[in-house]
Amino acid sequence: MSALLHVEKVGKRFGGFVALQDIDLEVQPGERLGLIGPNGSGKSTLVNCICGTLRNEQGSVRFDGAAMDALTAHQRTRLGLARSFQLPRPFGSLSLAENLRIPILYAVNARSGRRHLSGPAIEERCRELLRQVGLAEKAHRLPRDLTQIEMRKLELARAMAAEPRLLIADESMAGLSHAEVDEIIALLIRLNGEGVTVIMIEHIMRAVMEFSQRLAVLVAGRKIADGNPRDVVRDPEVVRAYLGE
Amino acid sequence: MASLVAKDAGKAAAQPGLGNVAFIAALIVAAVAIFGVTRSIGNSYAFFAAYVVVQYIVLGTAWNILGGYTGYVNFGITAFFAIGAYSSVVLYKLAPWLPLPVMVAVGGVFAALVGLGTGYLTLRLRGVFFSIATLALAVVVQTLITNWDFVGGARGAYVLRPRLAPLIGGDYIQYLYLLMLGLGVIVLATARAIERSALGYGFAAIRDDEAAAEASGVPTLRLKLIATALSGGFMGMAGAPLPYYVTYLDPSSGFSLNYAVNAIAMPLIGGTSNWVGPIIGAVVVGGLQQYISVTISSAINVLITGLLLVIFVILAPQGIVGLFLRKKR
Amino acid sequence: MDASAGLLINAVVSGLLLGGFYAAVSIGVAISFGMLDIVNIAHPAFILLGCYVAFIGNTVFGIDPILATVITLPAFYVLGMLAYQVYYVAFERRDDQSLRGLSFFFGILFIAEVGLGLVFGVDYRSVQAWYTEGNLNLGVVDLPWRLLVPFLVGMVMVAALQVFLSRTFIGRAIQAVAQDQQALRLMAANPARIKRIAFGLSFATAALAGAAMIIIQPVEPSIGREYIGRIFAICVLGGLGSFPGMVIAAVTLGIVESLTSTFFGPSWAPAVAFGVLLLTLAVRPSGILGR
Repeated sequence: MSALLHVEKVGKRFGGFVALQDIDLEVQPGERLGLIGPNGSGKSTLVNCICGTLRNEQGSVRFDGAAMDALTAHQRTRLGLARSFQLPRPFGSLSLAENLRIPILYAVNARSGRRHLSGPAIEERCRELLRQVGLAEKAHRLPRDLTQIEMRKLELARAMAAEPRLLIADESMAGLSHAEVDEIIALLIRLNGEGVTVIMIEHIMRAVMEFSQRLAVLVAGRKIADGNPRDVVRDPEVVRAYLGE
Repeated sequence: MASLVAKDAGKAAAQPGLGNVAFIAALIVAAVAIFGVTRSIGNSYAFFAAYVVVQYIVLGTAWNILGGYTGYVNFGITAFFAIGAYSSVVLYKLAPWLPLPVMVAVGGVFAALVGLGTGYLTLRLRGVFFSIATLALAVVVQTLITNWDFVGGARGAYVLRPRLAPLIGGDYIQYLYLLMLGLGVIVLATARAIERSALGYGFAAIRDDEAAAEASGVPTLRLKLIATALSGGFMGMAGAPLPYYVTYLDPSSGFSLNYAVNAIAMPLIGGTSNWVGPIIGAVVVGGLQQYISVTISSAINVLITGLLLVIFVILAPQGIVGLFLRKKR
Repeated sequence: MDASAGLLINAVVSGLLLGGFYAAVSIGVAISFGMLDIVNIAHPAFILLGCYVAFIGNTVFGIDPILATVITLPAFYVLGMLAYQVYYVAFERRDDQSLRGLSFFFGILFIAEVGLGLVFGVDYRSVQAWYTEGNLNLGVVDLPWRLLVPFLVGMVMVAALQVFLSRTFIGRAIQAVAQDQQALRLMAANPARIKRIAFGLSFATAALAGAAMIIIQPVEPSIGREYIGRIFAICVLGGLGSFPGMVIAAVTLGIVESLTSTFFGPSWAPAVAFGVLLLTLAVRPSGILGR
């Protein structure tokens, strides 16, 4: 079975600063991958390179066998890659429901061979997605009326609205309560059950351990571990660099 | 809670309010009524004054498609407007028998192409570079035209205005006015149709957060080019009848900064979030300018427009429409 | 010496001197846009203000135009700080910059142009000093004083600011703000205060640039618009945040414009800057020495 996502020797610099170096990562279809590492280790930069928001100078990104390097971010989203932003970036002048409308109109409807969703169907879909993240009553509010936590949920919902084959959830659970964390884990596992491959980037170790089938660790722009979660968290280098003594 | 700009509030599955065709019909009725009223005043001056107001409704709405809807500021309004005006001059010299609507269409196409070209080179970069490029574009187009003898260069060009209006009779100015009203209908209908469509949502997403829009599947470059072409094209169309209106066109008046300031100030003062704002801005600011022009001086009125622009941008960024909606709550 | 070679050499030399003047005109924007990321398209308006200050000083009080603007430097500096304060409160703090911030400066540009026209009229104005006529003859080339003095003004300004930015505490704080505001905040320094100082400096350069401008050419309110394209073309070509890059770009533009003027006619000069700007944006948007 060939990998859904194949990141090969990806490198990215900002001027003199090396953000990513020699990153090799494979994600199999249907897999649940956890990605952890200290702040500033390059996790979000890696996500940006995979999704096309940034261009990696070295290495290549392949999705479902096809090379992504020449494609823009919106083209990659249409092919089935979606991500939430670590710092929420909602569309400020649109209501929550309308925020979800954008990926439906531009990612889902634009896919060749898809039946076009229209009017009432889109409305219902937006409501359904908001329900799944617990924001249904605020469907007609503006993002500025939301708490930080609610904005993260909106981010996740917007990524889900694009009906991706691979979803990258970048710190969607920061600040959530214990119960809310459980909700999101359940949501992501349900999504995974429907066939969506998920990469979870988190600092909340409980969530990462519960969710991940495989765990990768990024430190200072390099991948230092990649494998079974139980083995990875016992790896001395990982403990030293991230988990602490 | 009806929030200020949640377009949602009025847009359930079957969008309430008039559908596009019904809206166009309503606009046409309004335009005919306005024309009738103006005609009944019986003074030619009414047509000249009203032409200017409608022209600014067109310019302001056109600017707003790229500015208010998509978030990209075009300072080169004079370039697109003048391209339309001077393409009419060229056509007048080559083929004066061409009906004016054809000249309007040609002017629009040329202006749209220039917009596309500028956009293609600069829209992949940050929005400020596009804005700066449009500012420089205005100077360059003016330089090119000032050096082009065929259209009269710095000395200007004369255009003979026919005495009688085709189709409707009366002075030719009435025909120009009718044409401008027609343009107004087209531009307003387009703006409103965009607002309520997927394209409008795409524009709004780009305006609010371009990177997030791109990540959500919005083809940002393509949409920005569409907005630039539409905006520039309509501005060119607004400029095309100008030579017939003024009968003598020279670069310093054709490229007057007043067109640019008004085209930006009116939507910003009226409100940029929907199609009503530019109309309110054109009527209020245009009316104010006429009044000040007559009572104090015409130089002061231009200064006051600039001051109003700055004041509104600082204190009332949502414009008159915004102030009104906020009071309603 | 061959006539056209002489023409060429003089065009190049004039262009070089013109480039120095363009550096004077652009350095304010190199600070406000290149370092503070504030798109102050109204900068030419304040240069024009400097022109008229020099004009008044020269014709009404009989003093040297450059001296006249030096005297008013503090006023320009304060004006710059005020302008930044308004910009900060109205736009930067609300994080709602692009559309409205740009329109704000456009409005200021327009108000200044119309205001100056109302006060001083639209006739061309110029100044008189020993260097507004005559050449410095260096053998094969003639350096008109009228070009040489603005060139020197430009070079002195750039050098002084470069020294200020790299050797003084505030100067280095400004560089820090330009590169990383977050880090500065963490060091308990207030970015807004430092930006205010930098913006004040930017306006102060406009005063001296104004003196240089009215020496080089007669001035009337609407010529500011021609300079916006030039200034931003220079800053973009040079690379935002780099003074040496800006100077190289200014000299390059000066020479290209001078050659165009000599061989194709002076009315084409304003278009050159736009061509340079578009070319740079299309090919290498980070500029020659940009970060």
